[in-house]
Order: sequence, then structure tokens, then C-alpha cells
Amino acid sequence: MKLELRGITKRFGSLVANDHIDLTVAPGQIHALLGENGAGKTTLMNVLYGLTRPDEGEILLDGQAREFRSPADAIGAGIGMVHQHFMLVPVFTVTENVTLGVERTRWPGLLDRRRARREVRELSQRYGLNVNPDAYVENLPVGVQQRVEIIKALLREANVLILDEPTAVLTPGETEDLFRIMRELKAGGRSIIFISHKLREVQAIADTITVIRRGSVVGQRPPTATGSELASLMVGRPVELRVHKEPARPGAVVLDADGLTVPDDQGNPAVKDLSLQVHAGEIVGIAGVQGNGQTELCEALVGLRPVGAGRLRLDGDDISRQTTRQRLAGGMGYIPEDRTEDGLVGDFPVADNIILDVYHRAPYARGIALDLGQVDSTAVSRVSEFDIRTTSVQAPTSTLSGGNQQKVILAREIGRDLRVLVASQPTRGLDVGSIEFVHRRIVEQRDQGVAVLIISSELDEIYALADRIAVMYEGRITGIRPPTVPVAELGLLMTGADGGPAGEPAGTEAPAGTEAQQLYVPQPAEQEAPPAPPGDGHD
Amino acid sequence: MTEQGGVGGSAPRASTDPGGTEPGRPPFGKVIIQAIIQGNSVVVTVAAFAAAIVIGGLLIAFTDPVVLHAWSQFTAAPGNAFAQAWDSAAGAYAAMFEGAIINPHTVASALQYNSISAAFQTGSVSAIFDPLSETAVNATPLIFAGLSVALAFRAGLFNIGGTSQFIGGALLATWLGFGVPLPLVLHAIVVLIGAFAGGAAIGWVVGALKAWTGAHEVIVTIMLNYVMIYLLSWLLGTSAMQRPGRADLITPFIDGNAQLPHLAGPSLRINASFLIALAAAAGVWWLLQRSTIGFEFRSVGANPRAARTAGMSVTGSWVLVMTIAGGLAGLAASAVVQGTDHTLTFQSYGTYGIDAITVALLGRARPLGTVLAALLFGALHAGGVAMQGLTQTPVDIVTVIQALIVMFIAAPPLVRAMFRLRGARAAGPEQALAKGWNG
Repeated sequence: MKLELRGITKRFGSLVANDHIDLTVAPGQIHALLGENGAGKTTLMNVLYGLTRPDEGEILLDGQAREFRSPADAIGAGIGMVHQHFMLVPVFTVTENVTLGVERTRWPGLLDRRRARREVRELSQRYGLNVNPDAYVENLPVGVQQRVEIIKALLREANVLILDEPTAVLTPGETEDLFRIMRELKAGGRSIIFISHKLREVQAIADTITVIRRGSVVGQRPPTATGSELASLMVGRPVELRVHKEPARPGAVVLDADGLTVPDDQGNPAVKDLSLQVHAGEIVGIAGVQGNGQTELCEALVGLRPVGAGRLRLDGDDISRQTTRQRLAGGMGYIPEDRTEDGLVGDFPVADNIILDVYHRAPYARGIALDLGQVDSTAVSRVSEFDIRTTSVQAPTSTLSGGNQQKVILAREIGRDLRVLVASQPTRGLDVGSIEFVHRRIVEQRDQGVAVLIISSELDEIYALADRIAVMYEGRITGIRPPTVPVAELGLLMTGADGGPAGEPAGTEAPAGTEAQQLYVPQPAEQEAPPAPPGDGHD
Repeated sequence: MTEQGGVGGSAPRASTDPGGTEPGRPPFGKVIIQAIIQGNSVVVTVAAFAAAIVIGGLLIAFTDPVVLHAWSQFTAAPGNAFAQAWDSAAGAYAAMFEGAIINPHTVASALQYNSISAAFQTGSVSAIFDPLSETAVNATPLIFAGLSVALAFRAGLFNIGGTSQFIGGALLATWLGFGVPLPLVLHAIVVLIGAFAGGAAIGWVVGALKAWTGAHEVIVTIMLNYVMIYLLSWLLGTSAMQRPGRADLITPFIDGNAQLPHLAGPSLRINASFLIALAAAAGVWWLLQRSTIGFEFRSVGANPRAARTAGMSVTGSWVLVMTIAGGLAGLAASAVVQGTDHTLTFQSYGTYGIDAITVALLGRARPLGTVLAALLFGALHAGGVAMQGLTQTPVDIVTVIQALIVMFIAAPPLVRAMFRLRGARAAGPEQALAKGWNG
């Protein structure tokens, strides 16, 4: 089925989210839609999937104009979508989930479970999805849940499959699995629209790449286009893809975790007997798939979660029992994983968020009285120093873009004199320009002698920043490597040191570690030497 | 992804945790109240008031037997039916206005005297200001109790416990008032502090239970209301508190030294408590907007997780804000015990605790708004009493109008539709998408 979008325009008030977008997806084509966050990719797909009505333009299927009033119309026309947030019922089996809404029945209206199960199994086998139809969704790893979503779309006879940022939640191995499945689907004659902002993945899988910037199509490129060409198209200016940094000159140990055990909310250990030292003037990156104790480790470091056992030292002083405020006062800076939940009070003005953890100290407070003039002048100078784009320092922080919100946090945290900076997913969801900015500032801190600990599930980021890479798996450090380590080795460490399919729950038969290296082979055009942040060190 | 209303930052976490609950999502009730307080413009508030007055007028008219009789003969005299309905409602509201703001008859009778001094001596000047005095007197406890609810709400807590905190303050204040002989001025101040302390103690219990055991403040405050009501009923019957020679639940009068002075002569009930209430509103404003403590309260109320991450003590803020809020509700008891009644009965706590929630909502949880809303309710009460006396309309209509105001405030889309206002959120879900377009 040939899909054509002609002159799609969608406005939200004065904002033009999609400006006369033309897009043609040929049958059996993997068509990548590349653009920064907020470029209008999702809006375009919402139009295509019937979630939003376009103001202008038309959708053509095999040359015939179609109008989608709801997702049901789009599904009926053979368009399937795998959302970034999966729409699955955790306590249902795979078969129950995929047949939900299109239940197979037999006379007199009984569920035909056998037929449903058979169909799921057939689809699974035909496209190498490796999904057990009887597994409960809640027991499945994220990568397999995604495949369940794909089966759901296939069962509804989707000829065009929209995958919205499908790799954001996957490990390198799972990503490679997904790409293999995408190729199988393509061989079966189905077309795929692959939405991403990760250059390398787009280059690896797409047949054609359409780049969107600020709601308009700015170019179409073959997958052989270089990373820097795509990146500058995406951002609209030449982009520095590599973080420039001198070799680290590590000093004394600043942050010392010694046999740290941290319980999760249920009281089970999430971090197990973890020992790690971060020296002044170095960046240690913690790599690992999300949910392996990184969040709990961060919270324990900052004092938001009690330490179960072990010692935490800052410059040799035991801080394991200190409150968050004491630790912050002792020179710890913290960039939380979830900036809107943990980092900012969205309703507060930018100025208030800039002083959110120093408001009680001089010069911002005299006794219990706030010095609003001082708060304001500090905010004004920070806003210009960190290039925070806001209408005023009194604007509510929630009105800022993600990149500028992160700059507010950065301005607050590294605006103080730090001894150690803990940054968790510091660039998640940010555009290339903001990533560049955040990375530069973090390296700057290192060069000033701050001990920096980065926790990130993006390998690119770890490679770009870290002077040493520690891999975390099931609450433990499975290995510490120099940044020259090949991706395949990290992939093995990320699934447990022995590299086997350990910890793979029911429902998948894919060996996780072995295929990882295929995707992360550095792009020849960009690669110079192996510290292997292969070319486009940003996503 | 992140085009969808800025949820992108937490997207991978939500996806990796299919069965998990989303942390940090405030409970539904709090979301609604937040929406009421933040989403309503002043225009909506005024429009809601107007709508309540109109519907209240219809209720007044169509519960009046005269009007009903006229309408039963509608076909014979349709004009009369409408005229009777209008007269009934207009008469009731006019009486209400005369009881709450100013009564033209008192002005006219004062003007009959040739000299100003004569007018003062006969009391006809003070009669002119009697309605306003009554409005202020009725508003005073509502200002205190409304501030209590508003302050707690700004820290994210829903204080339903105005009643128990009022009783706590009233018991301590009354006992200090009649039981402890002290000199002039000092006695009044001690009793005032006692009222604050009594309420604060009850508020502290709520905050401490929430902070240390996780008990929900709504449940705790409601339960404490019962505890304090029965404590009051028991204590008023003991020899320590009951007025000698009385069988009903009433305490002795408090000492003259402990009473708050009248502001405009003995014939008007307005007293210093009204000024203290205004000062308290100014104090709460300063605390919230200009102090580090208020900064903490507001941070904890707006995003407790971010507040904790920034090193604030969320539990400490809860305890402190409930203590201060309890103290404010205790001061409402001072307005009654020290200001007007000079004694404590089993009826003294009235409905202040519940009305305070309405007042704080109407005032959008801001000190100035709370004062204005309390004055409005004070006027409705003062006017309602006059209305019942002059016309045969029952005073309960005031309660109905109050309830209608709250209903309209709580249903802004309805009010907007009725008055064809363009709502701030008219764009609905599309606006969320547009917002996300910025990144």
C-alpha cells in the first residue's frame, strides 16, 4: 500500500506544528522521520492516525484520498501505530491483549481462544517475533512488550506501521532484535514509518530519511548521508557532534561508596554491596539498562533514600546519615533523572527554581525573610549566563521548553561551588543543541576539579562524557572499563557479566548479548580512532 | 513523544514499569481543588456569585405562599404573578442589603435631629453603622478560619479540621479568660495567645500524625472534629468549666480584662478582633510570599518531590503549617469568646470549620481573597438575619445561596458557558499538544 501525505498543515493557535508537509511512503519501505523533540513528528503521526484533524492537506492511500476521523478509521484503512507508551493490560496474556477489541469468537459468542492463540503464534513465527502467546504481559521485558504491540497492529492487518521512538526504551541487543523484525516486516511487503531523533539508528535501518525541523520538511536523504549532514539539517546549523575534552587529570578520591546496599520501596535490595570511587576531575559514567538500581543509587547518594548498609564518604567524611540539605551544603550537586517531577516546581517562576535549594542561606535570606531583590538579580544573571530562553525570570518554569528547564536546574546546581556532581540522565528528551550545551557544562565542571558521576541509559552519552565507564546490572557494578571499550563488551556487562541470556524472563528466546555489536559498529565515515563514541556522539 | 504535553521526560520510566503506579501523582480530590483555585478567574467568581443570587431569588419567590397563590391564578392575571414574584425576591434581597450594608431608614431618622451631637447621643448615628458592624463581626471568625484552610492548602494539605481547632482554642482561651486573674491588656493578650496555642496544639497533632505515620490529614481532621466536639460537651458539664447555677452547657463569662475592646462604642458589636483578623491576613501573606518558611510551604504544596530533592523537609513543613493553621482556627474562637459572646457554649463552634473551606475556596487560597470572601459571607449572614425578621423568608436561604456559589465556583465550565466567557482552557487537549510543540 502506498501512503501519501500532501500539504498537511496543523496549527495550534499561532503555532504551526506542521507546515505543508509532503511525505510519500512506498510499499515495503522503511521510512525514517528524523527530527528534534518538538519538531512536529508526533503531531504529523497523530494526524495520520486520526487522533488530530489537519487544518489543511490530504492523506492518500494508493492514490485515493482518505479522511480519518478517529484511530478506528485509520486502523480500518490498514494503518497501525506502536505508541511510545504501550497500551497493554499487564495482567492479561499476550493473546488476550492483542485480541482485545477484535476478539475472535465462535458460535454462540464464546471467545475462540484457540483460534486467537493460533493467529498470534503464526504472526510471531512469520516475522520472527518470538513471543509466547500465553505469557502474561507484566512478566515480559520491555522489548517483548513492544513486539506484542507490533502483533496487535499486524492482527488488525496494518500495512503501514508507525513506530514512535521505539528504541528509546530498549537495550542495544533489543534494538538490534527490533531492527531484524523491521526488516522481516519490510520483506513481507509492509511499510514502516520509523520516528526517531537518533541519527545512527536511522542510518542503520531506514531506506529513506525525511528530516523535519520546526514543522516543515527540510530535506530527504538516503541512509548513506553522513551523521553531521543529518544533524545539521535537523538542528538548522552546523553541530558539534563530539564533546571536546582534554584527557582527565584525576585527583584525590572525592566520592567513595563502600559496600553500599540500598533497599527499594518494597524493602528489597536494589543496590547490592556496591563499591565505587569517583576522583576529583574525572567523569565516571554508569551505564546500564534502566531499572537495575541506578535510580535507587542516585537517591541514596543524595540522601533521598536511606542507605541500608555500607558507607558513603565525601572527601573522607562519612555522609551516609546526613540529610539531603547537609549533603547539598557539603558541596554535592544533583541533576535528577526526572526534571519535571524531582527537579523543578513547575508553577514557580524561573527565579524561584534557580534558588530552590539555597533560598534559606545568605544572601537570599536574612533570618526568615527572603530578599526578593537578591533572588531576582541572581536569577537575571544566571539566565543570561546559562542562556535560558524565557520571557522573564518571573515566567512559570513549566512554560519553558525541556532544554531550557534543564538549563534552569543546571544553573542552580553548578551555580554553587561543588565538590561532586551527580547527574542522572542529564540530557534525556533534549534536542541536539541543548545536549551540546549540557555536555559542555559538565565537562567544564570536571576541568574545574569536580568529581562527576553520570548515570545514563544512553550509551552515546556515556561514551561522549565518561573517563571511566562502570556498568550496572541488578544492583551491582559488573565491570569498570576505560572509554575505549567496545560496545559489545558493554552490552555483555549490561546483561550480567557472563553475557548469557541471564535474567531473560519468559516469553523471549532471543539471546540478548550476542547481536549487540552489529548495531554499534562505528560508522566508517565518522570514525577516527577508537574511543568509540561512533561519530555522532549525540542522539 | 515529547510533543505530547511535556511528558516525554518520564516516558521511558513509565514504559518500563507497566504494572507500577505512577509516583507523585496527587490524589484526585486535590487535583480538583487545585483546579478550582488556580483555574478560576475573578470574573468566574463574580459570575458565580451573580448566578447564585438569581437562583436564590427564584427560590425565595417560589417558596413564598403569596407568590404561589398568584401563580395559581396565572391565566387570569399573568402580570400579577410576575409582579408578586419580583416583589417577593426583591423585598427579601432589599432586607438583606439593609441588614448587611446600610439601612436608609436609620439615615433618615438620624437626619431628623438638628444637631450632630444630638444624633450621636440618641444612638441614631451608631444605628446607621450597625449593619456594617454586624457584617464585620460575622466575618471575623470566618477570616481566621478561612486563612487557616488557605494556608494549609498552599502547603498541599486539606484542613477540614477547623471545628476541632476552633474548640481547642476556645477551651484554652475561655479557661484562661475566667480562671486566671490578670491585669488589663495583659489578660486579653494572654487569652489571645491561649486561643492560638489551643488551636495550634490540635493542628500539630494532625501534622505530626501525617508526617510520622502517613495518616491522611482529611481523615485525621474529620475524626478529631468528633473527638473535640465530645470533649467540649463533656468539659462544659464539669464543675471546672460549667457556669455555677446553670444546667445547660455554658461557661462563666470571661473577665472584663480579657475581653477585646469595642471599636465604635458599646452599642456596636464590632471589636478589636476584626483588626487582629486583618493583621493575621497580612501576616499570612507575608509568611507565604516573603519568608523562607512560606517558600518551603509553597514548594511542598506545589511539588513535594522537588522540594525534598532540593533539601527541604517535607514532613517538617507539614507539621509546621498544620500548627500555624490550627492556631489561626483557634483565633477564630478568640473572635467569638473574647470579641462578642464573652462565654463559651456548646453552640459556639457553629459551622465555622466548614464555612472556612468555602471561604478559602472562594478566596482562591489567597489571604486577600479570603478576607473578601469572608466579608461577603459575613454580609450574607448579617443580612440573612435581618431578612428573616423583616420578610418571612427563612434565614436558611443564606445557606442555600452559599452552597450555590460554591457549586458554580466548582463548575467553571458551566459558569463560562452561562456567561459566554472564553475559558483559559478552552483549547482543551489541543492546547496541550501545542504547548509540547515548544519542546
